[in-house]
Amino acid sequence: MKKTLCLYFQVHQPYRLRQYRFFDIGKNHDYFDDFANKTIMSRVADRCYVPANRLMLDLIKKYDGAFRVAFSVSGIALEQMEQFAPRALDSFRELAKTGCVEFLAETYSHSLSSLISPKKFRDQTTMHVKAVEKYFGQKPTAFRNTELIYSDTIGEMVSGMGFSTMLTEGARHIMGWKSPNYLYVNALNPKLKLLLRNFRLSDDIAFRFSDKNWGDWPLTAEKYASWIAGTLEKDDILNIFMDYESFGEHQKASSGIFDFLKALPGMVLNHSNLEILTPTQAATKHQPIAPLNVPYAISWADEERDISAWLGNELQKEAFENLYKIENQVRESNDERLQRDFRRLQASDHFYYMCTKFFSDGDVHKYFNPYDTPYEAFINYMNVLSDITLRTTKKKV
Amino acid sequence: MKVLMFGWEFPPHIAGGLGTACDGLTRGLAKQQVEVLFVMPSASGDEDQTAVRIINASDVAAFHTKQEARRIFDKVQFLKVTSNLIPYLGPDEFEEKVDLEREKEWNEFRISFGQKYQFSGKYGKNLMEEVMRYSLVAAAIARQNQFDVIHAHDWLTYMAGIAAKRVSGKPLVIHVHATEFDRSGENINTQVYDLEKRGMEAADKVIAVSHLTRNTIINRYHIDPEKVITVHNAVDFSTREQREITRGVPEKIVTFLGRITFQKGPEYFIEAAYKVLQKTKNVRFVMAGSGDMFNRAVRRVAKLGISPNFHFTGFLKGEDVKNMFAYSDVYVMPSVSEPFGISPLEAMRANVPTIISKQSGVAEVLHHAIKVDFWDVNALADAIYGLLTWPALSAMTVRCGLEEVNALKWDNAALKVREIYESVTREKSKIQ
Repeated sequence: MKKTLCLYFQVHQPYRLRQYRFFDIGKNHDYFDDFANKTIMSRVADRCYVPANRLMLDLIKKYDGAFRVAFSVSGIALEQMEQFAPRALDSFRELAKTGCVEFLAETYSHSLSSLISPKKFRDQTTMHVKAVEKYFGQKPTAFRNTELIYSDTIGEMVSGMGFSTMLTEGARHIMGWKSPNYLYVNALNPKLKLLLRNFRLSDDIAFRFSDKNWGDWPLTAEKYASWIAGTLEKDDILNIFMDYESFGEHQKASSGIFDFLKALPGMVLNHSNLEILTPTQAATKHQPIAPLNVPYAISWADEERDISAWLGNELQKEAFENLYKIENQVRESNDERLQRDFRRLQASDHFYYMCTKFFSDGDVHKYFNPYDTPYEAFINYMNVLSDITLRTTKKKV
Repeated sequence: MKVLMFGWEFPPHIAGGLGTACDGLTRGLAKQQVEVLFVMPSASGDEDQTAVRIINASDVAAFHTKQEARRIFDKVQFLKVTSNLIPYLGPDEFEEKVDLEREKEWNEFRISFGQKYQFSGKYGKNLMEEVMRYSLVAAAIARQNQFDVIHAHDWLTYMAGIAAKRVSGKPLVIHVHATEFDRSGENINTQVYDLEKRGMEAADKVIAVSHLTRNTIINRYHIDPEKVITVHNAVDFSTREQREITRGVPEKIVTFLGRITFQKGPEYFIEAAYKVLQKTKNVRFVMAGSGDMFNRAVRRVAKLGISPNFHFTGFLKGEDVKNMFAYSDVYVMPSVSEPFGISPLEAMRANVPTIISKQSGVAEVLHHAIKVDFWDVNALADAIYGLLTWPALSAMTVRCGLEEVNALKWDNAALKVREIYESVTREKSKIQ
């Protein structure tokens, strides 16, 4: 049987907060930095989404069904595209029409709701599914949680929502001697199939591609395809998952990343033992080999591959708990704007900014962080949270 | 390795942070097998000499014989502080005049500098004269002792360092704990500036206590960046400061502790207090210290109408300082210009969450203090409010802050200083 290469890209942009002082609490309900959000969205659209989607479209046409990819686009990224860069949204729609692109479901806000509230998790997912149907005319069958966060119980919830396939990290501490290059199933509900990210091969592109100190630099499509073809003969699936922004934004166009992408399908398909499928296709084709036990939540972030990047210190936990305290009031209020703001505040990014793991993964954190220190991030977020909490209590009266 | 070190003060009799820093550094150096001869203008005999040998400059005569005197005079005549510039003289007349002046100076010098001089070692009216006399004694000490490197702390001792270098030919390291710009803002005392610049120029290496100070040295004194090296100050806290205090008031307390002068930024503290008090009355602000802006501060507080929640304590020392920290829920150091700044570290050791200005050298070594621009009153108010409101925030800054402060060891700083000594002695031996 042919080995399957499965390509999946995460597309997400948070609504960054403006500088919100405590004097604003109770007076001003504008939380978001429109200028920064617009600037970043249009920059990323120009550097990544639009050119990369154009390339994907060309490749799909050229290989006529032999080249397929999958995306998950968070709900708040879709909102921002519609608002700030409609050209990017159009290019995703073009891809959806080809029939060779699978759109996955996730939480609408790219949130951490799966870790605290099953109800919120379900709401968020339903909302995202609706958005995917609205924009891309597909009903998602595969699910990927925010930052590939996964545990046995999260998997069970996902299965309960009717998804047949879920993506997560092939975390070393979970896998042990096992290989991520097979299909697994959820330990509590074997109906849910699991695709595990091959982090080495994924990070070769996402992190190391333009690193000139890397022994394998420069990475060519030919070399990369030979690595894939040369993996163990018995391997079933190679899951290459990464941020879509790796193309053109994290790895600049000048690094040759687009040329690499352009040449990759051809080089892969030259090997007669390889094929390229989407997650749902791959999960349907292969036989699961074992259940996977994941008692504690894992993710694809940092060396630890756990949730400590978002909920690792007391600042993050305090902010997180306080956020979900108002969940019910927000749901019960019929205030459209309040609900919208609450959704945007759930984005995992806000918690990521409060991370204090300076020393090991500090570089990556710094790159994505609009704040100088986690303390500033916390103070700003809590001010906003105080205001939105006030709004929910006022609504009751 | 043996070092001839010039300082102005040494614990227990200290007026500022300089003596404490010298003490910490020399202890660290002792562990690095560096022997230190510490010269100070006026030692009182109760200094702890376990790590250093202290030479009291008041016990040393500048010279013993007339020949010696002449030699010193020729080498250190640059030290003349006042010079009589007389306009409109022809070259011949001028030379004649200069010779005459020099002879006069020499006579004065021989008579008045022959004996031991009783230094006050304070920072009084005769400071400039004491600085000059100190340098003469330094030259004598340099001739009487064996050492490899000279190390001079702050401008008061730079002349001593230069004199010692001229007499002995040994390399000179000067250590900048503060510059005139930190003390006086833009209205600098040009005489002091001049002495500082001369010291930096004469030095083989200049040590700055922070990158901030290093930049001042490079940009305002025009010193070759290659020559200027940052060695951050440290602290040696032997024990965790845990003090039980009964509070007289239920409100939270936010403290400013320092001199009430321009460079400490007291007015930003007052403005931020006003903003916080607009939002919550459940807080009291305390300004502890004295200084030339004290009256202005009191007037401003009265004008803003926040006096019921804003208190002045006047100058605090010793136990009172420790009690003040124990009372505090937030410590603020909004300095406009602070070469390093030890007091936030003391606050953090006393488990007080701390806000510091980005314009302080200590901000370069701390992660777990909240940092704001000194002029950004809104950010300062916001940070105070945040620390008062969110228990997780204060708990985390306290917990991580204590770990961080305890990791700032003089041993590490001393290691860097020793490397600097080694580099300058190596340079010197290459030339010879």
